[in-house]
Amino acid sequence: METSKVRKKKKAFVEEGNCVACGCCVKVCPRGAITVWKGIRAKVDQESCVGCGKCVRECPASVISVQEVEA
Amino acid sequence: MKKQWYDYLWVVSLTYLVLGFFNILFAWLGLLCFFIPLLISLIHGTKGYCNRYCGRGQLFGLLGGRFGLSRKKDIPGWMKSKGFRYGFLVFFFIMFFQMLWNTYLVFAGAGTLKQVVTLLWTFKVPWHWACHGTLLHPGVAQFAFGFYSVMLTSTVLGLITMVLFKPRSWCVYCPMGTMTQLICKVRNRGEKEG
Repeated sequence: METSKVRKKKKAFVEEGNCVACGCCVKVCPRGAITVWKGIRAKVDQESCVGCGKCVRECPASVISVQEVEA
Repeated sequence: MKKQWYDYLWVVSLTYLVLGFFNILFAWLGLLCFFIPLLISLIHGTKGYCNRYCGRGQLFGLLGGRFGLSRKKDIPGWMKSKGFRYGFLVFFFIMFFQMLWNTYLVFAGAGTLKQVVTLLWTFKVPWHWACHGTLLHPGVAQFAFGFYSVMLTSTVLGLITMVLFKPRSWCVYCPMGTMTQLICKVRNRGEKEG
């Protein structure tokens, strides 16, 4: 089957400046796609992220959002 | 995901708070929550303590998450701003040194032991039932009262923001978290993201 639409994927993005590096997102990620980079901020591995949004709900600072990206 | 031993450190945090109701001298153990995160960030350059071992964060996560005692709303913008986080760290430091000063006065014989726990830096709660004297100097007990006040105050603040916002909202403005992140920033400055 052919679709005319461009397939979109969802990925988690961290608003880095306000990340407190607590690591709540790391604990909740079912794919192990997030790490806390050098105790400074959370980093999402875009390859592994499936955009489920668990980290978005968990983040106490609410600095993670799920956005659509071109597949 | 399989639970690790360190996922149960909330039991230790809870036990610590309970022990303070029975014998205030247990408050000294709370120094571990100060030194371990600092040492990890200084030696290792990570926030390994926050990320794995912080029992207090786990406790808030459990109460706010599993037990549903949280509205799970976004924290206000100003509370996650650098100004507020650093400001709270400075305020916390000032209050901490004031507590150390009071302890010093008792050690120096210029002050007397006050068997109270000061909540939110204001309310003096009688706590004499948890003081059974000490074999050492009364100053040892004074530090315990002061330190337990710090721990209980931050727990109360954490519980309030847990209910109002997300379970682990305390992590956003936790002075230890802010301090260890600052240490990591300084220690890892100039490093490019790999």
